[in-house]
Amino acid sequence: MAALVEFRGVAYRIGHRTVLDNINLRIEPGDAIVVLGRSGSGKTTLLRLVNALIFPTSGEVLFDGQSTRDWDPIRLRRRIGYVIQEVGLFPHFTVARNVGLVPRLERWPPETVQARVTKLLAEVGLPAEQFGPRFPHQLSGGQRQRVGIARALAADPPLMLLDEPFGALDPITRLDLQDQFISLRNSTAKTILFVTHDVREALRIGTRIVLLDDGRIDTIAAPQDFVRAPSPEARAFLNCLEIR
Amino acid sequence: MSMSAEVLSLTVQHLWLVFVSIAIAAAIALPSGIALTRARHTRRWALAAASAIQTIPSLALFGFLIPAPLLGGIGPRTAVIALVLYALLPILRNTVTGILAIDPAVRESAVAMGMTDRQVLLQVEAPLAARTIVAGLRIATVTTIGTATIAAAIGAGGLGVLVFRGISMVDSRQVLAGAVPAAAMALAADGLLAWVERRLSPR
Repeated sequence: MAALVEFRGVAYRIGHRTVLDNINLRIEPGDAIVVLGRSGSGKTTLLRLVNALIFPTSGEVLFDGQSTRDWDPIRLRRRIGYVIQEVGLFPHFTVARNVGLVPRLERWPPETVQARVTKLLAEVGLPAEQFGPRFPHQLSGGQRQRVGIARALAADPPLMLLDEPFGALDPITRLDLQDQFISLRNSTAKTILFVTHDVREALRIGTRIVLLDDGRIDTIAAPQDFVRAPSPEARAFLNCLEIR
Repeated sequence: MSMSAEVLSLTVQHLWLVFVSIAIAAAIALPSGIALTRARHTRRWALAAASAIQTIPSLALFGFLIPAPLLGGIGPRTAVIALVLYALLPILRNTVTGILAIDPAVRESAVAMGMTDRQVLLQVEAPLAARTIVAGLRIATVTTIGTATIAAAIGAGGLGVLVFRGISMVDSRQVLAGAVPAAAMALAADGLLAWVERRLSPR
């Protein structure tokens, strides 16, 4: 099967600092890859390479078989959903307008946009008639992040990039959103690249876990194998689970 | 000419000086301000240069401009050039700070959603910075109304004519006949632009 995303010998340097080095990774359609790592391990950089917010200093990143350098960045980004911890909803747009952003950019007819927005808001548990006309500042953190996810799903992109999307939420809301996210993923069969520093979250959400340590891939394993991974960095993360 | 007719015609002249100066200053400073938000290194220099102009006393700047070739001379043109130079900084600075104050996460998601530079500017940055930009225009307009009274010193007309004449004739009635309409104009402009500012995108 052709990979949806492929990292080929990717390195990313800023001046003399190496942020990512020798990254080789294939993401097949339907995968839910969780990139796990400490702060500063290069997780976010890895994500930003996929939608051409940055380009590798060596090697290449392929999306749909084509290097991100050869893609028109606008076309590429509209095929990739993007969710970040700070959500980044437009404060001057209503919830409905925020969610309908990419479809409108893609010039869908207004009725189609509206139907899509209504459907997505229902899927993330925020009925459109109630939440559609509100502004982001009128929502709770968890609600805002749901809107962020709905916005990223709006144009039905084959790939979703998520950068610690639940990192700023309280633990109970986080668990709730993780559950909702997992069922949403099961129903939509999206390919996911999800960044987190929370090993528990990684084990719940991923079909494969990619552990990054100081810009290099330390371990790639399915969750059931990851819990037995021998590397010191993997052990360090797994120790976080044994507090109780 | 009766006193009231003279006050009226000088008021119109004054308004015109201010209007032309602000229009030109905005036409220069708004696009430059937007460009400067994309050019970190030039930004410091350009803002420093605009601030430096502000430190020149206005009477001295008018004086410097009179002998200047092409730009200078006596009359409204020279006055407009000086007024434009003074109005640049508040508009420029507020455009830059208004855009840079936007939550970086908002801009990042705009770009990552696949908005073009133009769409980011028109749909995200401009509306979110509008209040701050109008506040800059307001400061520029109010100060220009005041500074424009000094333009009479180089023969540009306006309400300053009455003020200067009143001073030289030790006639406080004439000073007031110039100063009061100028102050009223400044208050009216301030109120109008404050209203526009309030109406723009409450967050």
